[in-house]
Amino acid sequence: MTAAPAEPVIRIAGITKSFGSHQVLKGIDLAVGKGEVVAIIGPSGSGKTTLLRCINFLEEYDGGSVRIDGVEVGYKDTADGRRRRSDRELARIRVEAAMVFQQFNLFPHLTAAQNVMLGLVKSRGKSKGEARQIAEKWLTRVGLAAKFDALPSQLSGGQQQRVGITRAVAMEPKVLLLDEITSALDPELVGEVLAVVQELAAEGRTMILVTHEMAFAREVADRVVFTDQGRIVIDAPPATVFDDQPNERLRSFLSRFAAFHRPR
Amino acid sequence: MALFFQTLPFLLDGLLTTLLVSVSVVVLSLAIGIPLGCMLVFGPLWARLPIRLYADFVRGVPILVLLYFVYYGLPVIAVNLPSLPAAVVALTAFKTAQIIEIARGAFQSIPVDQMEAAKSIGLTLPDRFVHVLAPQAVRRFLPPFVNSVVDTVKGSSLVSLLGVVDLMLSLQQVIGRTHIALPLYGIGALMYFAINFPLSALSRRLEKRFI
Ligand SMILES: Nc1ncnc2c1ncn2[C@@H]1O[C@H](COP(=O)(O)OP(=O)(O)OP(=O)(O)O)[C@@H](O)[C@H]1O
Ligand SMILES: [Mg+2]
Repeated sequence: MTAAPAEPVIRIAGITKSFGSHQVLKGIDLAVGKGEVVAIIGPSGSGKTTLLRCINFLEEYDGGSVRIDGVEVGYKDTADGRRRRSDRELARIRVEAAMVFQQFNLFPHLTAAQNVMLGLVKSRGKSKGEARQIAEKWLTRVGLAAKFDALPSQLSGGQQQRVGITRAVAMEPKVLLLDEITSALDPELVGEVLAVVQELAAEGRTMILVTHEMAFAREVADRVVFTDQGRIVIDAPPATVFDDQPNERLRSFLSRFAAFHRPR
Repeated sequence: MALFFQTLPFLLDGLLTTLLVSVSVVVLSLAIGIPLGCMLVFGPLWARLPIRLYADFVRGVPILVLLYFVYYGLPVIAVNLPSLPAAVVALTAFKTAQIIEIARGAFQSIPVDQMEAAKSIGLTLPDRFVHVLAPQAVRRFLPPFVNSVVDTVKGSSLVSLLGVVDLMLSLQQVIGRTHIALPLYGIGALMYFAINFPLSALSRRLEKRFI
């Protein structure tokens, strides 16, 4: 899995992004093949979240391009030049890169099942009945069979995040984006959420995940990408990244995670 | 007691006028204020600016000044409203400004995270509005709105100053003829209370439920 496959699901080419005068992404290239799991690690502020948010155009990149299955995400070329895509086009593309958020971001007025059903009905054109079935199937899979009709406020953090994952993966996106999805959880709840991600990885789903759980990244990722100051410094298999790493910046970053253990 | 039954029909007429004024003001200000509130949040700058100015200005002026302005001031430019419509127009102008503010607050209290989550599962703008933003905004809108309805009922007593015979003025007229002030004011207060107490209770329940 070292070389990027010929037909990548995600092809990021030279994207740049500035907030004001601060250039946060300084030309990022990344290709992710079908079924690959890519973990992004790196110091705080190195641009991991921004990179992930550019993939589904929650953040508008300034230069370069992001393609999902060959389709440019945020812009299209028309007779009179490069144009930002319409809201409707963006919606159709975004659903192919569904995202799981650090703070869960569940819809508080909807039950667990309704949170999952909304996108299925509105973006995937399912009937309410079909959507309900799919939602129940997925929620059961992640251990929430008893919680279909619970509101997010009635769920623990770990349960909420499992709904968050379900809401995204039920859309059957081409790639799943996960941004530090266990950072807001109490340590004892991290394991139940990572177990779900691991299962999704095992069944061959394409995923890009930003994480501070090094042991987890090592276990689940096909490739680990190390970002620093808006650039990708290293893009290699976990063994290469975590063992006997010659790169000074990566070594010093990793030394902060001396204890490579994952609570389960 | 005999006095009570003699004056009651007259007071009930006044109460009816108070209710008529209050309901008209609430319905009209909702119909105007909600769209303007939405424009203040989502509209282009050229639309937001005048709405912002209107809401700030009107909320900064005593209601009485608005009443006199509409009733005594507008005839100067040949807008001659009878007292009841003038009262409704002035109170609606004020209430609309409040509704605009409440609606703005309700929308802006919804974190952007919610819109991003909706985008990331492929919802278009209309779906994001209908299924994610609006239902949450309504929940934040209701408690302050119901409180503001209570204010409307109480504030409507000002229309008596334009000669509209509402509950307030009918009380004063009865007192003027009978010279029995205390029990009659007591009855009047009870009538206002009978309308407003259930509303306040409703607002408290909504607040518990939604905030
Ligand atoms: N909306 C924004 N406006 C201004 N600056 C921003 C914005 N979002 C991010 N930044 C800045 O961009 C840089 C990269 O942020 P980003 O969130 O991508 O980092 P990160 O690698 O995800 O960090 P962390 O590990 O702390 O989550 C930071 O310096 C941050 O302050
Ligand atoms: Mg981040």
